[in-house]
Amino acid sequence: MDTPIRWRISIAGWISESTTEPVTQAQWIRRVVKPLLWAAGLTPLGWLLYAAIHDNLTADPVKAITHFTGRTILVILFLTLSITPLRRLTGFSWLARVRRLVGLFAFFYAVLHLVIYLAFDRGFVFTELGEDILKRPYITVGFTAWLILLTLAVTSPIAMVKRLGGKRWQALHRLVYVAPVLGVIHFAWAQKKDIRLPLIYAAILGGIFVWRLGSIRRKRAPG
Amino acid sequence: MLIRRSPDIRSSEITDESLYWRRRDWLASLGFGAAAVVMPRLAHAVSRQEETNTWDEVTGYNNFYEFGTGKDDPRKYAGTLRPYPWTVSVEGEVARPGRYDLAKLFGGLSWEERVYRFRCVEAWSMVVPWNGYPLREVIKRLEPTSNAKFVEFTTLYDPEQMPGQRRSILPWPYIEGLRMDEAMHPLTLLVTGVFGKVLPNQNGAPVRLIVPWKYGFKGIKSIVRIRFVEDQPVNTWKASASHEYGFYANVNPDVDHPRWSQATERRLGKLRRQPTLPFNGYADQVADLYRGMDLRVNY
Ligand code: HEM
Repeated sequence: MDTPIRWRISIAGWISESTTEPVTQAQWIRRVVKPLLWAAGLTPLGWLLYAAIHDNLTADPVKAITHFTGRTILVILFLTLSITPLRRLTGFSWLARVRRLVGLFAFFYAVLHLVIYLAFDRGFVFTELGEDILKRPYITVGFTAWLILLTLAVTSPIAMVKRLGGKRWQALHRLVYVAPVLGVIHFAWAQKKDIRLPLIYAAILGGIFVWRLGSIRRKRAPG
Repeated sequence: MLIRRSPDIRSSEITDESLYWRRRDWLASLGFGAAAVVMPRLAHAVSRQEETNTWDEVTGYNNFYEFGTGKDDPRKYAGTLRPYPWTVSVEGEVARPGRYDLAKLFGGLSWEERVYRFRCVEAWSMVVPWNGYPLREVIKRLEPTSNAKFVEFTTLYDPEQMPGQRRSILPWPYIEGLRMDEAMHPLTLLVTGVFGKVLPNQNGAPVRLIVPWKYGFKGIKSIVRIRFVEDQPVNTWKASASHEYGFYANVNPDVDHPRWSQATERRLGKLRRQPTLPFNGYADQVADLYRGMDLRVNY
């Protein structure tokens, strides 16, 4: 029964580009984790394109796309927030190094969400968007969340950490907790009557917060 | 053959013979003898440039919370509704109260086709070829008394047939109402068909209301009771959120919903929005009904 072992060795060899050296974490991330994350992150977009081609987006495709991209932003933000407790749980330290990419996918879908709205609901008339932001509280809240995601995306490269200084950068990036809260409020506020789904999202978000708090406490506890 | 044409309809055509025969079959299936059938009329109350929406759009994208709150829920789940046989209870300030089956309610009236715009309060819209009877003709035969100032309509309440009613998302049963002059307006229809076919369950079979100058939620579906009353009925959406939905619910681009704009709408099948017209484009016919009323207060 030595076949599985040989197979494992050859995978490790492929990752490390050599059959003798052990796999480094950087190689593992670059050659396996990141490609998988890119595939996963582009899957919602692929689904949208597939559904659009097959005319599977209801009789109001613009609304369907707005809803789908909005929910996708939230799901990805939930995953981003789960990375730290997941790292503590599993001990996989490399998870910390892919958080940025996951977060950027949330921003990508936020851009798509806003562009679809601007293009089809507002005909690229930016003054109308301004009016919406001022007059419609659910848009005000969504736009605030969007600005947070923009800020986090722009300040996400390592160079920005150095420029801002670690402490300030960290304080700024605490906003990552605020964005999904605002997103869920925006979600609930946009509904005509049935807020079951936003409540489920709120419950999941609450669960993630509790999980994070718990895992941080455990880490700080002596022993 | 009786061909009546109301002056409120911009243009009209006579249906071709095949359509006529298909309708006759349908009427027969409702229990009407051939003798009762009168030549139907096809009236277009939309402009020539506006395309009728497709069968798929009209019957696959619906708000009918009795079957769930998703737009595709009604088509998926309305199979549990049993629209035949059906009776409508006529009550209140009326000389001929009682239980009416549809043959008794409509027998002898002409089954008409009316192409109307349909504008949902959620800012989407479509153009639908409804088939039905002017409500005024039905009301005339029921002979309301002089005390009847409003008409109240009630949807079936039966969680077995309408599983959405197991959740109290709205106060069931669904209720809607019209002022007497609105109910007597020639544009107001009791609808029993669409595209010349029997009304599908998800569109409110077997009989629903259509008031083309009002938001879609006024068009109550699967009606089991018509009551003539002195006081303004409390309609369900108003009871549920009176700061967002009123009794009149006339389509009005100048009065926004508190959370979204009513200035524009998306016609199903189109990507861009288009301007919403006052009274959904029927201002010439109905604006007089509201002369002197503040439509910002009476939304
Ligand atoms: C300027 C920024 C934004 C604008 C203009 C905007 C606009 C909209 C609009 C028009 C809708 C549809 C409402 C309807 O059903 O009619 C919507 C839904 C939604 N948006 Fe946004 N949005 C913005 C930012 C965001 C952000 C940043 C998030 C997430 C953090 C988000 C998450 C959602 C969700 C979850 C939905 C509801 C999906 C559903 O009903 O299934 N939006 N948004």
